[in-house]
Amino acid sequence: MSKAFRFWGLFPAWALMVLTLIIPVFIVAAVSVSERGAYGGFDWGFDLTAYRQILFTLGWTDELEFDPKYLIIIGRTLAYATGVTLISLILSLPLAYWISLQSARMKLILVYLVTLPFWVSMIVRVYSWLIILGNDGLAERIYVFFGGADGQGFLFTWGAMLVGMVYSHIPLMILPVYAAVEKLDPALIEASHDLYGSRWTALRRVIIPLSAPGLIGGSILVFVPSLGAVLEPMLLGGGRQLMMGTLIQNQFGGSRDWPFGAAIAMVLLTIVVLVLIVNARRAARQMEASA
Amino acid sequence: MSRQSAIEIAGVSKQFGDFTALDHVDFKIQQNEFFTLLGPSGCGKTTLLRMIAGFETPTQGDILLNGKTISDSPAHRRKINTVFQNYALFPHMTLAQNVAFGLENLGWAKGDIKSRVDEMLEMVHMAQFARRKPDQLSGGQKQRIALARALAPKPEVLLLDEPLSALDLKLRQSMRDELRRLQRETGITFVFVTHDQEEALDMSDRIAVMGNGRVQQIGAPDEIYEAPENRFVADFIGETNFLDGEVTALDGDTATIHTALGIDVTTTQSGVTAPGPAVLSIRPEKIGLEAQAEGETREGTVVSRNYMGGFTHYTVEAGGVSLRVSRRNAQARADRIEVGDTVTLGFQPANARILGQ
Repeated sequence: MSKAFRFWGLFPAWALMVLTLIIPVFIVAAVSVSERGAYGGFDWGFDLTAYRQILFTLGWTDELEFDPKYLIIIGRTLAYATGVTLISLILSLPLAYWISLQSARMKLILVYLVTLPFWVSMIVRVYSWLIILGNDGLAERIYVFFGGADGQGFLFTWGAMLVGMVYSHIPLMILPVYAAVEKLDPALIEASHDLYGSRWTALRRVIIPLSAPGLIGGSILVFVPSLGAVLEPMLLGGGRQLMMGTLIQNQFGGSRDWPFGAAIAMVLLTIVVLVLIVNARRAARQMEASA
Repeated sequence: MSRQSAIEIAGVSKQFGDFTALDHVDFKIQQNEFFTLLGPSGCGKTTLLRMIAGFETPTQGDILLNGKTISDSPAHRRKINTVFQNYALFPHMTLAQNVAFGLENLGWAKGDIKSRVDEMLEMVHMAQFARRKPDQLSGGQKQRIALARALAPKPEVLLLDEPLSALDLKLRQSMRDELRRLQRETGITFVFVTHDQEEALDMSDRIAVMGNGRVQQIGAPDEIYEAPENRFVADFIGETNFLDGEVTALDGDTATIHTALGIDVTTTQSGVTAPGPAVLSIRPEKIGLEAQAEGETREGTVVSRNYMGGFTHYTVEAGGVSLRVSRRNAQARADRIEVGDTVTLGFQPANARILGQ
């Protein structure tokens, strides 16, 4: 294969990456260091006000005062994303393992069912949770049936938000976990039982370590989009607790402070890149260890 | 007999849907025995082994270890370990960690685990590889580690599921000797599953020949080979000629059969309950040609000849019957017998056996 062929052959991929990924990131970076326009939007320039705004507010006499309110939002977003990831992980492993034990035909059907929600618009799916969790919805009826108090529904709570986020993201966890668990040699699990290991031992010392690549891959696929979730915090959490996603959205929408929105977006991007770097290093170490 | 059997299979049946994998199997395995389950694939031998290990449950019947039922205890509570067909070594653990796995689960003290792991790796000549991972080993080395791992917790019984089938021919022979040595040294009861009759005859104290979900015969290797109890066993173990015939006289364990070859043979029998149709089984190496033709003899024509070095195999047609004959090449320049030659063949009645239909 000639060099020219390799270059031009890959050109469509490069072009797509540059146009839709790299250029937009640079635009957002440029906006984040621009000045806020007088009537919303922004004016090109170089001004770090937006970044300063993340940590400080201007006091009455124009002095900088440390204000953790945005740090709290960042911390809360990280906490929710971590929670969503852990819950998805704990739910996905047994499900994926169970799917892997089914017949070939059944596996195909079940994997298809896992991907089925992707065929429906995200907004529709989140709205359906509004109905389920809302006043006199299915969740409340079940709750009342088991002796709970009537009357308020479950909407606009952190729990509702968590349920919605786990629901939206869990297929992204199930698929890689299933791919890893499906490759497990059943003889290895039998061997661990044979060598006096309980089910818990088999899970802890054989199944989890051997499906680690899938568990980590799934975790990243869930964690990263959870960081930027907008719909669930807005619709199910009622926007009571700001998340990075909703915060960014507000800056470009209602507040009309594009530089500040872009700055928060850059912080979010930095967190994501850090997560990916840490994972890449771990993967490289593992490659070295097994080589 | 006061000696407690190590394993007792008591009326065990196993049903997979409509398929009967095992049909009322009954036998005992003695302490310190090298016991082999031998049979063609699908005969139920692996199912039986998996039931002893605890990976399958009998549909009917009971399995006893040292006189106590183990049917209700899960695999991880049975003092029985398995060497798996493809070894099933944990790929993410070093060899030492693999061997230590069972001991850790049994709650052994750290120091004891370490010395036991060293001892086991020493025993299988793998001490210098302790820190390697399984994917850095050859097939034979994996086999040794699988053995060390299964023997480390000092099980009452060791199960081996076709452990040599993944090895090449040369290695297989040396691993046979190694397995025998380990069995003698440890004094542990070995239950070995194979479809390879040569392996079974070479290694076992006793063999259970299995076919169609039943135990066809249990006995020492020479009993199985020389005194098969039915057609299945005679056919599966080694090679044999079956001559159709008619039993004319029956007296307990001996009978007289009039064969298709046109001769009457009086010899030991099994499975014949009344005069009538039966077969005479005679092994190729027990039929003599020309000078070695003994007993009742017949003339025949050689129709094929396969020279194998140590032996030559002939097919001889006599009286409308085709017989396989195996002749040891005892002399460097033996009198050659060629295809088309007319030869005299014969056998001693005591070397043949009459079997029921």
